Amino acid sequence: MNWSEFFAMGGYAFYVWGSYVFAAVVLFANVIIPVYRGKSVMRMLREFYRLKGKKQ
Amino acid sequence: MYKYASPKNFYSLAGKLIPWSVGLTAVLMLTGLYLGLFVAPPDYQQGESVRIMFIHVPAAWMSMLVYVLMAGAGAVGLVWNIKLAEIFAGACAPIGASFTLIALATGSLWGKPMWGTWWAWDARLTSELILLFLYIGFMALEASIDDPKRAARACAILALVGVVNIPIIHFSVEWWNTLHQPASVGKIGTPSIHLSMLIPLLVMAGAFKLFFLTVTLMRMRYEILMREKHTVWVADVVRAGR
Repeated sequence: MNWSEFFAMGGYAFYVWGSYVFAAVVLFANVIIPVYRGKSVMRMLREFYRLKGKKQ
Repeated sequence: MYKYASPKNFYSLAGKLIPWSVGLTAVLMLTGLYLGLFVAPPDYQQGESVRIMFIHVPAAWMSMLVYVLMAGAGAVGLVWNIKLAEIFAGACAPIGASFTLIALATGSLWGKPMWGTWWAWDARLTSELILLFLYIGFMALEASIDDPKRAARACAILALVGVVNIPIIHFSVEWWNTLHQPASVGKIGTPSIHLSMLIPLLVMAGAFKLFFLTVTLMRMRYEILMREKHTVWVADVVRAGR
């Protein structure tokens, strides 16, 4: 089997690769979003404690 | 066991588990992709398009498993008032919705060449679409209520009502005449699928499960910090930047 044959997927390239790429994008977003959100929560809480410290 | 039900202990346990979970997910995912794309043979009827199965079926399994876990955690939160269960249920919703979306999209991409249509309003497809709406409803309801305790309770009730959809999805291919084929795996003793396809399928299913574990732990960690921000330990964690 050569590579161009592999990518052609017996004529089903669009459907097979479409499925794999779609799944990869959705799963990737599921990793990126929590990482980003975790960082923003940390920032938010640092600000929260800073303001709280000022009040006391 | 009970020790880890406290948000504080769970937070640090999750922090230790995540690197292992990430590593194991990557190993299983790469193995599954290799087996599914290179080792598994093309199907004698469906040709190479059968490789969509290695994404579609694990995603569809996860869409239902995550829902059951979410509703179960919701019930635990309602009955025993366990904060960690509420946080877990909340973390389940977006990832469950993602698996449902993948199952629907890959099913559509598989249906077009095999059935000649992207979509049909048959029982399996429709009930899976309803599952997506249940997840979206859960997230919308959660976002619309400010008090996290009240939000968790309302969402748990929604999730529990929606559980009725799960057996409908599962048995839809038996109860109704559908375009969708019946299950090939899980018929005890006589799985109607060859080992060369079953093994990549199960490896991918394992990879998806660990993926779910990883991102759920990630989501739960910051959610715990938000919900517990009035405690001393969270103040310490934030100050130390861990």
